[in-house]
Amino acid sequence: MQDCISPEKAAAMIPDGASIMFGGFLGVGSPDRVIDALVARGARGLTIIGNDTAMPTRGVGKLIEAGCVAHVKASHIGTNPTTQKKMITGELEVELVPQGTLAERIRAGGCGLGGILTPTGVGTVVAEGKQVIEIDGASFLLERPLRADFALLRAHEADHFGNLTYRLTAANFNPVMAFAANCVIAEPDEIVPVGVIPPDAVRTPGVLVHHLVRRVQ
Amino acid sequence: MRNAKEIIARRVALELRDHSLVNLGIGLPTLVASYVPVGISVAFQSENGIIGFGAPPPEGMESPHLTDAGGGFISALPGAASFDSVTSFALIRGGHLDMTVLGGLQVDASGRLANWVIPGKIVPGMGGAMDLVAGAKRVVVAMQHTDRGKPKIIEKLNLPPTSARRVSLVVTEMAVIEPTDEGLRLLERAPGVSVDEIVASTGAKLLIDGEPPVMPIVSAENAA
Repeated sequence: MQDCISPEKAAAMIPDGASIMFGGFLGVGSPDRVIDALVARGARGLTIIGNDTAMPTRGVGKLIEAGCVAHVKASHIGTNPTTQKKMITGELEVELVPQGTLAERIRAGGCGLGGILTPTGVGTVVAEGKQVIEIDGASFLLERPLRADFALLRAHEADHFGNLTYRLTAANFNPVMAFAANCVIAEPDEIVPVGVIPPDAVRTPGVLVHHLVRRVQ
Repeated sequence: MRNAKEIIARRVALELRDHSLVNLGIGLPTLVASYVPVGISVAFQSENGIIGFGAPPPEGMESPHLTDAGGGFISALPGAASFDSVTSFALIRGGHLDMTVLGGLQVDASGRLANWVIPGKIVPGMGGAMDLVAGAKRVVVAMQHTDRGKPKIIEKLNLPPTSARRVSLVVTEMAVIEPTDEGLRLLERAPGVSVDEIVASTGAKLLIDGEPPVMPIVSAENAA
């Protein structure tokens, strides 16, 4: 962990056109303060990667609503009518990825793997243009790894080294995304001194985190 | 007469096995949790990252960090475990999930399911559905038999399939149907529904061995 920055500084570090992984599941476990700062900065042309596009007034849905986004990679956009509208008008390019495949592609990207083989999507539109590989008589799709310029995480606690914990279903895509971006910014609910988080409770080792978002002032 | 969704949920509930791990899709399948038979202990998974969730907490006591895959507040039962999305889909895809119950738009004669997109109309995305159908040990489709009078069980899907895999069982308010190598086998008919009525509402050939038994359902008295 290098430093502790404001949401505005985080938003300023992310250039227009950047690719960003966002933790969050329908807005739960979503880095809301940095999202608000990106909207306020008027970011443009972002590629966002995450489970879903939440709702127009929640989570990454706010970025869609504010016109910050050009590309979306997600498993589900059904809860955000704006995403669907902008996809139909061509303002937004959407790639739909099965949820488990999205998680594993991100894991591959963050773990140095050249891709993953999954049975999910075989015989569906998801398989179009992809290599099908037979292993012991079963068919698998070769899915490519996924990385991004930035990962924006929401954590429960962070310590001064950047070690992170998560709460209940707010973990979702956050822990795996911590591995898969060139710059990882974590927005914790609370920052505590080193030693307060027991080593066994650390879910994301601080070495993966470049910047913490400072506490609410 | 009970409404169609309730009949379906009550019949699907009889598919629940003791000490099993079950994932219920959003919508109709969620109702199944209300009819778990007495004496059956089931752990429900929500793919956003929990096993062992329970009913929503009293108003004002919800946690913003504890929701189901539809975004609704839930509670955690004793013994619950929470985890990230990689673990959640390792459970689903890795053969650790005993059963999933999913809604359906169409099922065809080969037992394939379509339930994630109506091209040009509704494009919500597949979410976890493709992984659930690919990975769960049993896939039970819980859907109404027809859509505004049009059969949803048809010879060949005209909507994009969710998976190439054949589903295990289809439960509607009219019938219970098992896709097999030979075709769709009519196992049960709903109370008060004749075989002729089922055939008339089905767009695919049904294999019928004599008079199928009447569908049992979990009664209110037996639900836990």
